[in-house]
Amino acid sequence: MRATATERSLHSRRSRTRQWFRGFRERETWAAYAFLSPWIIGFLVLMAGPMIISLVLSFTDYDGLRQTSGVGWANYERLLSDPKVSRSLANTMIYAALTVPGTMIVSLGLATMLSKVGRRSAGIFRTLFYLPEVTPKVAVGVLFLLLFNGQVGLVNGALGLIGIDGPQWSTDSAWVKPGLALMHLWSVGGTVIIYLAALNNVPRDLYEAAELDGVSAWQRFRHITLPMISGALFFTLIVQTIAALQTFDEAYTAFYGSAASATYSNDAALFYLVYLFQQAFQFLHMGYASAMAWLLFVVIMIITVVQIRLSRRFVYYEGGDR
Amino acid sequence: MAAPTVTPPATAPPVPSRPRRADSRPLRRALFWLGLTAASALFLYPFWWLVTAALKPRSQVFDNALLPKVWAFENFVKIWDAAPVLTWFMNSVVVALAAAVTATISSALVAFGFAYFRFPGRNGLFALVLATMMLPAAVTMIPVYLIWNTTGLATTQVPLWAGNLFGSAFYIFLLRQFFLGLPRDLFEAARIDGASYWGLFWRIAVPLCKPAMIVTFVFELKASWSDLLKPLIYLRDTELFTLPRGLKAISDQFGQSGEQQWEIVLAGSAITTLPMVIVFFLAQRHFIYGIATQGRKG
Repeated sequence: MRATATERSLHSRRSRTRQWFRGFRERETWAAYAFLSPWIIGFLVLMAGPMIISLVLSFTDYDGLRQTSGVGWANYERLLSDPKVSRSLANTMIYAALTVPGTMIVSLGLATMLSKVGRRSAGIFRTLFYLPEVTPKVAVGVLFLLLFNGQVGLVNGALGLIGIDGPQWSTDSAWVKPGLALMHLWSVGGTVIIYLAALNNVPRDLYEAAELDGVSAWQRFRHITLPMISGALFFTLIVQTIAALQTFDEAYTAFYGSAASATYSNDAALFYLVYLFQQAFQFLHMGYASAMAWLLFVVIMIITVVQIRLSRRFVYYEGGDR
Repeated sequence: MAAPTVTPPATAPPVPSRPRRADSRPLRRALFWLGLTAASALFLYPFWWLVTAALKPRSQVFDNALLPKVWAFENFVKIWDAAPVLTWFMNSVVVALAAAVTATISSALVAFGFAYFRFPGRNGLFALVLATMMLPAAVTMIPVYLIWNTTGLATTQVPLWAGNLFGSAFYIFLLRQFFLGLPRDLFEAARIDGASYWGLFWRIAVPLCKPAMIVTFVFELKASWSDLLKPLIYLRDTELFTLPRGLKAISDQFGQSGEQQWEIVLAGSAITTLPMVIVFFLAQRHFIYGIATQGRKG
């Protein structure tokens, strides 16, 4: 009895495989692969191939100049003892921990306000909030240096008006990351649009029913709004975290690459990607930089998987379709 | 007798939402609008500050006046004399257009392949496309540079856009969603009328999904226009710089390490930013449509 079941499943699996291969006799299959060919070629040449090369490089001392030789695990061991690696990783994590929740809270606040005004005014405000996001990050880096200047900057000027003696945002190592994070909050417009679309999709009758039952505004937000938009919240959490861990433009523009940065010995704005770029393309330590890249890959994977695991408990999909 | 049972549709269409009215109490209403206006001012002001400060003489850059007391149009003459900004601008236009056109066409081709055809390997390959979105660019950055180096094109502008010839995972995903939304009968009817697979793509799918194609185009245009990392890696010759790379050079030369000639750096920032603002206003519908549909279901 048992044997026949195994036999049957084996047989069906074999016939499924055969059917799978028979698909390649169809003209349609070949047409499909013709349409996919750009991506398949790109994947092999610009993704899979480079990943293998990168992995191999990470076990060498390749610098493009001298004779290359294998160094075993030395690059990875060096990662653990390089103070700049731990410093830049910590900087990047702190920055992500500041900007990701900050972006989500501010965007949710703005989107909630926009969901309460008429469609037309919401459209105008939505445009206003999105506008800063088209500013190239290089210009954002320049703006950071000027607006957050300790002596003459606009931010400290505004703080002065309400009697607060603002910090030296761009030179005090304790305040560089909070400053950059505040500057980042300027470009939350995309997230606002995503949340507004999600809020507008929450069925109205849920609120009406709750209102009839005398449920308070906070309770309605907590038990209707948050679960109904949890899909959008989760999406932005993942995307924003991955982006924050790869922050480069603003920090590099404001603090690195110029003669001034040579005298600027403080590593408060040394983000992981900035250090990786320096190792790879300024010091030409491409083997070591490849090992750094794989460490970043592992860190991003771990954080994303943890977020997905945790979110399973909180994310609600309407109709349970996912 | 059993009462007739009404089965609700599995996925009820969302009730079209009317805007929830702000609180009717006048004081709270006034506070609400005050808050919203203040928030908008906060978002607009840095922008206004950038553009007006770019038109102020050096001594007044930090005066935070709403309008320049003296209009210093010569800032733009100074930057013109100091750097080949027009060349940089043209470089940026060419690179961004090349990047946006190639990304749109190639991603649409691949997306159509995934959306229309039933073939062995489809689900596995599509999962692979999605998986590549998680791969940080840093992992492939160095080998891809070395590959370009062997072709002799490493110090040209080609590497800034040519990668887009092979489609980009995010846009493939976006466009596939739109192609899947087209009724299949449309394609079947065209097949019976003798249309080729290419005809299905080019004459039916592409024209009907023009909004999604425009979304892809403007997103990539913005991404390419703003990119700093690739130009830093590839471009050596100042004449080949794009605007962000040029702005970085100006900021280094005249900004913190130079004589603090911030008015020149600000003029450069304005030149880098304003073209995208114009594009945004022309295509804002598409930007916002794209973002709203991309995040809705996650």
